[in-house]
Amino acid sequence: MSVLLEIKDLHVNFPIYAGIFKRKVADLKACNGVSLNLKKGEVLGIVGESGCGKSTLGRAAIRLIDPTYGTVKFLGNDLMSLKKKELMQFRQEAQIVFQDPFSSLNPRKSIRDAIGESLLYHGIVKNLDEQRDHVAEILTQVGLSPDIMNRYPHQFSGGQQQRICIARAIALNPKLIVCDEVVSALDVSVQAQILNLLHDLKERLGLSYLFISHDLSIVRHISDRVVVLYLGKVMETATTKEIFGNPKHPYTQALLSSTPKSNPREVKNRIFLKGQIPSPINPPSGCPFRTRCPYAKAICAEIPPDKTIFDPATGKEDHHYHCIL
Amino acid sequence: MKREPVLIVNQLNAKLQIGDKIYPVVEDLSFELIKGQTLAIVGESGCGKTMTALSLMRLLSNPLSLPPTGEVLYKGNNLLTIPEKEMRKIRGGKIAMIFQDPSSALNPVYRIGDQLMESVALHRRLFGDEAVACVIEALKEVHISSPEERLYDYPHQLSGGMKQRIMIAMALIGEPDILIADEPTTALDVTIQLQVLGLIKQLQLKKQMAVLLITHDMGVVAEMADEVIVMYASNKVESGEVNQIFDHMAHPYTMGLFNSRPNDSSSKGNLKAIKGSVPSIMNYPEGCRFHPRCPFVMESCKKGYIPNFEIKNSSHLAKCLLYDGSFVSLEKLKEHNLI
Repeated sequence: MSVLLEIKDLHVNFPIYAGIFKRKVADLKACNGVSLNLKKGEVLGIVGESGCGKSTLGRAAIRLIDPTYGTVKFLGNDLMSLKKKELMQFRQEAQIVFQDPFSSLNPRKSIRDAIGESLLYHGIVKNLDEQRDHVAEILTQVGLSPDIMNRYPHQFSGGQQQRICIARAIALNPKLIVCDEVVSALDVSVQAQILNLLHDLKERLGLSYLFISHDLSIVRHISDRVVVLYLGKVMETATTKEIFGNPKHPYTQALLSSTPKSNPREVKNRIFLKGQIPSPINPPSGCPFRTRCPYAKAICAEIPPDKTIFDPATGKEDHHYHCIL
Repeated sequence: MKREPVLIVNQLNAKLQIGDKIYPVVEDLSFELIKGQTLAIVGESGCGKTMTALSLMRLLSNPLSLPPTGEVLYKGNNLLTIPEKEMRKIRGGKIAMIFQDPSSALNPVYRIGDQLMESVALHRRLFGDEAVACVIEALKEVHISSPEERLYDYPHQLSGGMKQRIMIAMALIGEPDILIADEPTTALDVTIQLQVLGLIKQLQLKKQMAVLLITHDMGVVAEMADEVIVMYASNKVESGEVNQIFDHMAHPYTMGLFNSRPNDSSSKGNLKAIKGSVPSIMNYPEGCRFHPRCPFVMESCKKGYIPNFEIKNSSHLAKCLLYDGSFVSLEKLKEHNLI
């Protein structure tokens, strides 16, 4: 499988200004050296608690945010070096779906305009008749009736709105879709429908997803590989089976042990984490997790755990974690 | 353990008036809250969970909603008919409530300490230094570190998990017999969710409160509940003890709710989703309100009143014709390998 998206040592800092002269006083380090690969046809799950840089990573991956440092390569081309025309082409190939479908649809645009605007803009359709036919086809693909084309977003339920957002994302035949918490605003019964749809579309259209979510059971269900983020740093990367069956990093272990039981009779071995995520403005030195880690030693503060340890137990190449353990 | 009911709800009905039309939001709901135990109400958004809690507390605004009918018995008084003055003493004091979104439940322009102090003055009649001591005690109880300093913080200075702890502390100040928790952890991360649920459980044990937990997450139910009520479209569709429900889900909606969550055995792209979506309150279907989405639907489901049927024993009830014992329904159950 060839690599579709390659992120290397990505840093995204947001400056913080203060005082009357608005001097820069600090940096909020949303992504602090993230590296990952997304192969063609793969679903890469990104998990972590809120404030760990998941969404920033997703946005930087399709150049909605420019990285402070580091490279993002799409099919071997550095996104930052793309010329205007090449960037236009890239915008067709990478799309994003956001968490809240209602706020990501323009309330004054009909569904046809919402989906069809980009088709005209990118010259995929030549005139309005072609646009109508194309939009109808896309709507059928996401399980909606073409008759709804002239309605407005408020006339739909949350699940239908999310289908419309997905329709808009697949309209340009992209290769990559960033799914940023796509199901967390929906009811459980509708979540399952949307997850099935996403899987179905992936198989049919040969898509790759960067699937961002805080819900571990959903990530487990849909992803091929998983990246665990904490305070803008990658803690562990492995295949879904490895991460859930054989988590190595204490943070991953704690995260997994925190998920609610599926049955009242189930006995779970819980790792209780003390306190909350430290501020990303002033992250702890060394391993960012050491302030909450049950196994933390003095050495964790000094040696930044930037060594990727090969997992010897399984002999597989695809399990990396950053920890002294 | 002896069942000691602290709150008995009988045939609770709540209705909304929109225009000239009246729509039911809670219909014929009966349950008991037992001292030291947790009752969970589960369902999707728009099925009447929160409306149940708000009508118990008499917090629904009138007009929009009509006064709830039925009986809510607390210490022999019907909370739905006692004067508002009496109700104010109970609400927030003996029956306390915590809400889903702690940042919108706290007032952003007052300090945490002042907001807690208000509750102390109202329900404990303590003032000055005594009140401060009481607040600090409450904050210690919910494991807030250095509570003396936190008193002077504004809500925006605290994280989501801490704000929810503050809400719990505020609820505990009146030494409640009953705690109503409306989606207390939906806005929180998993690790923080575990902390907050653990805290509620620990405080419940210590103070022997009855907890009414409203949630849409079957995982939270498995974690917390002793008894469960499943609601769909303003109706109770299934109720029973937590183990009964998880061992043998009877109502197709409960099964759907549980199966639509991914688990170890679900394969990709093949989640058992419930088709369609929750009906709007303005046009509930006739007969069983779940029938347009139900995989087991029979002719008889489409009309008329659906009674409750006993499943195995009298504490486990399901409002579903599959259990009426008729030939058609037995065939249906066999077809889906349910008996």
